[in-house]
Amino acid sequence: MGASEFAIDVHGVTKTFGARTVVNDIAMQVRPGEIYGFLGPNGSGKTTFLRMLCGLLKPDAGSGHCLGLDFRRESAEIKKRVGYMTQKFSFYEDLTIEENLDFIARLYEVPQRRAAVDKSLERLGMTGRRTQLAGTLSGGWKQRLALSACLIHEPQLLLLDEPTAGVDPKARRDFWEEIHSLAAGGLTFLITTHYMDEASRCHRLAYIAYGNLLVSGTVAEVVKAGGLTTWEVTGDNLPALAGKLRGRSGVEQVVAFGATLHVSGRDAEKLCAAVKPFMTGAQCWVKIESGLEDVFISLMETAKDNFS
Amino acid sequence: MSQYAFNWRRFWAVVFKEFIQMRRDRLTFGMMVGIPMVQLILFGYAINSNPKHLPTAIYAADNSPFSRTVIWALRNSSYFDLRREAHSAAEIQNWLAEGKVQFAVTVPVDFARKLLRGEQPDLLLEADATDPSAVGFAQAAVNQLATTVINRDLTGPLARLRASAPPFNLVTHQHYNPESISQYNIVPGLIGVMLTMTMIIITGLAITRERERGTMENLLSTPVHPGEVILGKIMPYIMVGYVQMTLVLIAAKFLFNVPFIGSVPLLVALTFLFIVANLAVGITFSTIARNQLQAVQMAFFFFLPSLLLSGYMFPFRGMPGWAQGIGECLPLTHFLRVVRGVLLKGNGLAECAPDLWPIALFVAVMLAIGIKRYRQTLD
Repeated sequence: MGASEFAIDVHGVTKTFGARTVVNDIAMQVRPGEIYGFLGPNGSGKTTFLRMLCGLLKPDAGSGHCLGLDFRRESAEIKKRVGYMTQKFSFYEDLTIEENLDFIARLYEVPQRRAAVDKSLERLGMTGRRTQLAGTLSGGWKQRLALSACLIHEPQLLLLDEPTAGVDPKARRDFWEEIHSLAAGGLTFLITTHYMDEASRCHRLAYIAYGNLLVSGTVAEVVKAGGLTTWEVTGDNLPALAGKLRGRSGVEQVVAFGATLHVSGRDAEKLCAAVKPFMTGAQCWVKIESGLEDVFISLMETAKDNFS
Repeated sequence: MSQYAFNWRRFWAVVFKEFIQMRRDRLTFGMMVGIPMVQLILFGYAINSNPKHLPTAIYAADNSPFSRTVIWALRNSSYFDLRREAHSAAEIQNWLAEGKVQFAVTVPVDFARKLLRGEQPDLLLEADATDPSAVGFAQAAVNQLATTVINRDLTGPLARLRASAPPFNLVTHQHYNPESISQYNIVPGLIGVMLTMTMIIITGLAITRERERGTMENLLSTPVHPGEVILGKIMPYIMVGYVQMTLVLIAAKFLFNVPFIGSVPLLVALTFLFIVANLAVGITFSTIARNQLQAVQMAFFFFLPSLLLSGYMFPFRGMPGWAQGIGECLPLTHFLRVVRGVLLKGNGLAECAPDLWPIALFVAVMLAIGIKRYRQTLD
């Protein structure tokens, strides 16, 4: 068992709340320095999985290691080496930026605390605003503060739960730049997100629905595993065409993307047979590579049939 | 302007929505119904400002028919419940100090002899007057009794004694608060009331707030131990509690001239147990309440019986048995006895002990519930 080879190496992780299985037999391997994207619909068990990894929840089953430590028995040690950023801003709005950082640094017993806080403020670019109350920060700044606070004890693994929800595109881009530079320095990331552009920025990703891990790998591997064929249609009367295509056997998704329509299905031949009658020349049909979103939606639909 | 006119449909939409939300919040809904019910029961059935059946000790050094008549008359007045018979004057003093009895009647050795000689012997009635409202009516009743009761026994040749002034003198001693100053009772008690209020509400809020704002999840993801969180959170409020106590003690001494007969350091030390009891309630409530409003409501729900059934506002012994039973479970009831006992009666640790273990038991039960409900993890 190569406990040191992976930052996260767990399998069989299961959690039930009452009769509901929220996380079902999930295995995950994440290498050090990797940015691992964790995707799935709302309520699919992503947050629950992260909470189990950092010891906030006790798994009902499963075993494995997190940073070389037994993730079920050594959660106290794991907590010291992991930074967890919650979905909702969960620092004290009635404390200043500096007081928040200092408090977190004290909880982690950071050596040379003052210097660590100063360094953190500097990196945030908030040295001049250190006495500002955290509650008065805008969404983007709150998110940066949260990231800085998670980093103050120099963790080896960061668990970020939808870190960029409600953050503007520029701030999101800056945020991802920072994550990539930190990962280059050896920090491992497990990030949940709903944004496809963010998913494609991850080294590898996993897709979870209804508690089940459906697919994992690099973006290309995931797309390939989805086995989806997609036609892109451009031209006039697309809404009418979409109405006609929906529900035909072989057509699984008809999605409007601005002035184009994406028509997808898993069975390439059946899809082809279904759309052939509509290729009358009024619109332009081009076979394209399926996008991540198409694949995920297809996976979700299939999962719904299988598990719920 | 017509577009801003009051619109009844929109108004009803808001009303309707409020009712839906009210119904969803079960606890709040329960409190809205429960608090008036509790008030109704407490004010309607439990509270009685003319307390009867007060526990009384008797020390009959003279066992004559006359003293038996006096005792019988006391019992019949319905104010006195003769529960204990003392064998020495010292025993009487102890019982009064410990609060075991409200009154003590002493029939002196030569009561009958002096009575027959027409010498008007003294009959001693001692009262624990820390709570003046508990003894007032009973004292009035006994005064009336004295003039008439013996007359029935004074028959035949003794009838001449009837004509003269009362056959015996009733001497009453109001211990601990001879002038019946109600502030002596209320002001020290305020320490307990205030600590109950502050400790329960503030700890309830402080912990619920962390959960409501999501900061608890963040806290628990750090290496901090839940015990460190809870203790760290309540420590400042313990200090606040002592500051409040100091303020009331200073006011009691210099504004109200309340006598400080016992040891203040002892009181300060014993108060710690009471503070812990209230903190335990606050913590337990915070594990049940889902938001700050619910925490405040639950605190109020606890505070109301504490205020009414503890003997703070109304004489404890005036309440029916079931209400006294509830009162005995509340830490404030026992703390009031401790604080009044130490300040007004000069009680020491030994006299306070009967009221300390119930508080300790309360703490143990509350903490057991609280810890059971508080889990390290969020599930």
